[in-house]
Amino acid sequence: MGTPTVDISTSLASFELPNPVLTASGCAAAGRELSPFFDVAELGGIVTKSIMMKPRSGRSTPRMAETPSGMLNSIGLQGPGVDSFIEHDLKWLHESGARTVVSIAGHNTDEFVALARRLYDQPMDLLEVNISCPNVENRGQVFACDAIAATRVISAVRRAANPNVPIFAKLTPDVTDIGYIARAVAEAGADGISLINTLLGLVIDLDTLRPALGGVTGGLSGPAIRPVALRCVWQVHQAVPHLPLLGMGGIKTGKDALQFILAGASAVSVGTAVFHDPTAPIRIIAELSDELAARGFSSLRDAIGFAHLSSEQQAAYFAAQTAVPVGR
Amino acid sequence: MTSDVLPGPVQETGEIFDVTRLGEYTQFTVVAPGVARGFKPGQFVAIAVGGRDTSMLLRRSFALYGVQPGAEFAGTIQFVVAAKGGGTEWLLRRQIGDTLDLVGPLGVPFPLPRASVPAVLVGGGYGTAPLLPLAQVLLAQGSDVEMIVGAATASRLFGEMQAKRIIGKVTVTTDDGTAGQRGWVTDPLPSAIERLGAEIVYACGPMGMLRAVGEVAGAHAIPAQVAVEESMACGIGVCMTCVLPVRDGDGVSRFVRSCVEGPVFDAGRIRWADVGTVPADLFGADGN
Ligand SMILES: Cc1cc2nc3c(=O)[nH]c(=O)nc-3n(C[C@H](O)[C@H](O)[C@H](O)COP(=O)(O)O)c2cc1C
Ligand code: FES
Repeated sequence: MGTPTVDISTSLASFELPNPVLTASGCAAAGRELSPFFDVAELGGIVTKSIMMKPRSGRSTPRMAETPSGMLNSIGLQGPGVDSFIEHDLKWLHESGARTVVSIAGHNTDEFVALARRLYDQPMDLLEVNISCPNVENRGQVFACDAIAATRVISAVRRAANPNVPIFAKLTPDVTDIGYIARAVAEAGADGISLINTLLGLVIDLDTLRPALGGVTGGLSGPAIRPVALRCVWQVHQAVPHLPLLGMGGIKTGKDALQFILAGASAVSVGTAVFHDPTAPIRIIAELSDELAARGFSSLRDAIGFAHLSSEQQAAYFAAQTAVPVGR
Repeated sequence: MTSDVLPGPVQETGEIFDVTRLGEYTQFTVVAPGVARGFKPGQFVAIAVGGRDTSMLLRRSFALYGVQPGAEFAGTIQFVVAAKGGGTEWLLRRQIGDTLDLVGPLGVPFPLPRASVPAVLVGGGYGTAPLLPLAQVLLAQGSDVEMIVGAATASRLFGEMQAKRIIGKVTVTTDDGTAGQRGWVTDPLPSAIERLGAEIVYACGPMGMLRAVGEVAGAHAIPAQVAVEESMACGIGVCMTCVLPVRDGDGVSRFVRSCVEGPVFDAGRIRWADVGTVPADLFGADGN
């Protein structure tokens, strides 16, 4: 008895994906370094490291501390600037046939707008607007902590960006009510939401008796944050049920990914797990497909937000599935 | 960030063939033909620790030596482990026949001179490991090679016997005088350079030692190629945690990744005094 094949195609607004597994911004550079391990075109997509207008050195070292089931990072958005990014990284991604999500970050609304304009005609499938990086000097720069600032950036980017490219706002969990921020960016014109970015954390080095990271605080990622991420996806799906969500936070296996889909994500990003296992994103595609099949889903789309249904509604779905002969 | 062609690392499951205690260190020999195949001296391997459901997400990196590419038999690699924390302690509990999840070979190898040139190799602690295969390659090229190996104390010396077997000429130093001459590796370095007429120094060890070796080489107007040990989250170039301030040929300094653009650097290009800071003239510092 072979496992019935599950249709795992999905969409993030107008962006159609053959499978729902992408990399996470800042955890795959611009894809090239992963190409010795697998064909990057096989993924749902590569999400590139957040890019800014100008080259940026980022923060001092140490930039990393391992924590239980996670890590703290304080990279501080090191990058070559958008021109070099277009010329080298985006070009490489395009030539390698990868579906591409470009992540942008700015000091202020004007920089986000300038980035959207500069990228207007570039080959990409989606624009992720990183308004939630914790590794900036000024916490006021974390636009996603403030509904008004978030609204201003997202509406300006929506107006400036190519109308054929969906824009997703990337949110931080470090807020009182993430549903409130989600509604604000939805009203501002976001076509979807990516969540979550890292949580602000701290580690003290017991040899130096000082904070372990050069940047003092850092962003916590990895399986340690998975329940927080799932809670956020759950709440945002309830707040803006019509918006597609790109879920992430500690996904290491197909089972983890399935939890995000059931909570309301249309696709997932795999971040820190790539450091542990460079082939994790590819492995997770197959595992997720098996997990869906094992539970009787005929398509991934049917599973999106399924955990929000009552047990009667869920039973009705599976009854209908068995009534219809499997295979098409 | 740069468009240089990356070497082709592989991910493979390797079976532990041998585990040997050497002073405070433990030497592992692992069957890993994929990693062995592409290996060049200076490169390293990144190893997952803690098993399938581990809470330790980050791989531990080790310099490779004793690599047998393997013609008839499967290729093997060697690396040396010092107990440092939960990850290395897990590794030290592995036994012959257990398997390890490996990614390698990683990083830029030691650059080799085109012709035979006299060279001094300087290893601190287990930093001697990657210098052993380098010495073999240099000797095969017909180069005159001398080696200095040092450590804080005798039990932390590594590879001095193997070095003696390969090279013959080895000077040992320990900070406390428990083996060889008392002092630092940089004490006998000037006379070794002068005696040999060395045109290059290669080194691997702690950052402070590498900086000092670079200064001695600089004072003799010869280059030092050094393999650094920075803390790495991914080892494959995707995370940007492992950066060092390095001056390029045009005099522009950047934060470069020590995992893919290193671990071997020209000591004269590393801005040692600025490690751990963001110097104002660093490329992109004004974009922060
Ligand atoms: C080293 C590192 C760098 C990151 N850089 C970025 C970034 O540039 N832009 C961004 O939006 N998110 C960045 N993130 C956050 C991830 O994209 C992701 O939201 C977060 O790590 C949670 O997912 P994970 O647990 O699977 O890593 C970074 C995360 C890590 C660990
Ligand atoms: S360790 Fe990740 S880029 Fe070097």
